[in-house]
Amino acid sequence: MEAENQIQVDLGHLLAFDPYHHFASPPKSREDLVTECLRAGTKLVQAITDGLFNLSATEAIEGPLVKLPKPTTRLPREKHLPRPKPPTKWEMFAKSKGIQKRKKNKVLWDEQTDSWKRSYGYDRVNDDADVPIIEAKMTDEPGSDPFAKRKEEKKKRVEKTEKNRLQNLKQAAKVGALPSHVQLAATALPITGTQAAPKKITKDELGNVAGLAATATASGGKFDKKVAGEKAVKHQGKHRKFLPAAEGSGMGNREKEQTDKVLSKLMARNSHEILNVGKAVSMYNVKKQRDGRNQKGRSSFDSSSKLKPNGKPMKGDKKSPYQKSRKGGSHGGGASRKGKVD
Amino acid sequence: MMKINTPKKKRVLRELEKRAPKLVETGKKTLILQGLKTSNVLNSVLKEIYHLKRDSSVRYTRKNDNIRPFESGGETSLEFFSQKTDCSIFVYGNTSKKRPDNIVIGRTYDHQIYDLVEVGVENFKPMESFKYDKKLAPMVGSKPFITFAGEGFESIDELKHLKEVLLDLFRGEVVESLSLVGLDRVYVVTAVSSDRVFLTHCAVRLKKSGSVVPRIELVEVGPSMDLVVRRHRLPNESLRKEAMRISTDGLKKKIKNVVGDSIQGKIGKIYMPDQKIGEMALPNKAKGVKRERREAKLKHSEHAAKKRKEDGAD
Repeated sequence: MEAENQIQVDLGHLLAFDPYHHFASPPKSREDLVTECLRAGTKLVQAITDGLFNLSATEAIEGPLVKLPKPTTRLPREKHLPRPKPPTKWEMFAKSKGIQKRKKNKVLWDEQTDSWKRSYGYDRVNDDADVPIIEAKMTDEPGSDPFAKRKEEKKKRVEKTEKNRLQNLKQAAKVGALPSHVQLAATALPITGTQAAPKKITKDELGNVAGLAATATASGGKFDKKVAGEKAVKHQGKHRKFLPAAEGSGMGNREKEQTDKVLSKLMARNSHEILNVGKAVSMYNVKKQRDGRNQKGRSSFDSSSKLKPNGKPMKGDKKSPYQKSRKGGSHGGGASRKGKVD
Repeated sequence: MMKINTPKKKRVLRELEKRAPKLVETGKKTLILQGLKTSNVLNSVLKEIYHLKRDSSVRYTRKNDNIRPFESGGETSLEFFSQKTDCSIFVYGNTSKKRPDNIVIGRTYDHQIYDLVEVGVENFKPMESFKYDKKLAPMVGSKPFITFAGEGFESIDELKHLKEVLLDLFRGEVVESLSLVGLDRVYVVTAVSSDRVFLTHCAVRLKKSGSVVPRIELVEVGPSMDLVVRRHRLPNESLRKEAMRISTDGLKKKIKNVVGDSIQGKIGKIYMPDQKIGEMALPNKAKGVKRERREAKLKHSEHAAKKRKEDGAD
């Protein structure tokens, strides 16, 4: 029936919600309220059990066992989702080289004692320390103790693995994926002086300091592990540009431009001409044009654009493109005038 | 210099593993504590809630001064306790003139305060005051039915929030399969008005009915009280999004275009893209294949044959 379907049942939580329930009349006494609520409750629990007992049940010792469906109401988690562990240095290396994991046996056959011994731990196969006699090689210097040397090497190996393990755990702790049973503790406290108020560092300053710190490393900051979102190290100092190795001989031929520039500079420095005729002529022409235009423009300045039907200014009213060369011309003229006169 | 600390005892290791974040969470522990001043009513309320959730809750009986959940600095104690006891729901009771018989129910995410609901308790009836057949008494730790009735739970913000918090508080362990024999309790929550909610705890009696589904009868056993919603604080949006995240590892990947049964085995459909044969370039142009050349050859041979005939004739 329609009315039945309006009760929302969540079997995963054994929850029932009736959003259409209301008190027809405000209850007169406490008992009335209680009975009314119990009645509503009974209806709702009946709805849940209807759904529950219709699920497929398996027989267990105590009675029927039902597999509950997934709950539909979502509740917030109490802890964050477990973060994936970052790969260790060995795992990264193995992945890049394509090294597969091999299954090792826990017990191995020991030839000398004819028995099965463990591969690691107490009383293991091929124990390094159990060898009774070590034959001397030609490269050994007399008086050195090979047993002590073996012990030293083992100690070094153990130290190295411990250091690598610590580095891997530190890396995992940075991401927040430290295994639950491990805690990293600082054995020495950092040296603190007076508690100075931390000064506000700007983003640029921080970037500069990071850049400095990066370039201070042996490989110039190229192989440092970057934090998520960190940009590459900025290259300080001069940026040199080199000409391309192969280029066509058209308009943009940079090598030709370079050589032309050098050549013209040399020629200008060593030329004995006082006057650059070409430049002087163009300067004179430009000046004449502008004077003429100014005279014309000043008389009809106000009505120049208004008289025109489109309101567009007259063509010649644009700023003279020769002004730039005029300045340069005077400079050039001056320079050429400054040229030595022999 | 850093040192790696791992526990030396297996028991400690087991505890740490229990507290580690899991992919699928199996129920939150509750912390019940009180403030500086509590009334008799409040004491019994907290005691009864503790008894209802016996195995999964921790009760602190001492008075705590510096807990003010709704103030910005007053949550540090709660967060510390949450970390210590690994509890992510807390029930904090306190009485004052302004707020008599006050209970704050709050949840934490990652041991930081997630959300809070403050309710006042009225018309409280303890478990002892109910008379019923002792055989019906619900077992400790059984999974309860939870029922909400009332349109207020959908329309009013505070009641909606209270509904979610009560569901979280009262639901038991999250289990995959349930024994139908162990269903014996229900929490009935009814919205009486826009800020008042009637909560009661009943035992469930399953009576024989004609079909597989038994007939339900409720018998009031446990505490019953009126909750008046006073204040509430919803979680901020980013925290809520984080807390509601579901991992996608467990979800099954949909395999498309594959059907199968036990007789025929796995059958798949492969869709071929349109091979535009007409637009493809022919690989090599064999001379003898081209039609023009063929025709020209034919003509030439005919012509040659004709010519020979003529010559022969001449």
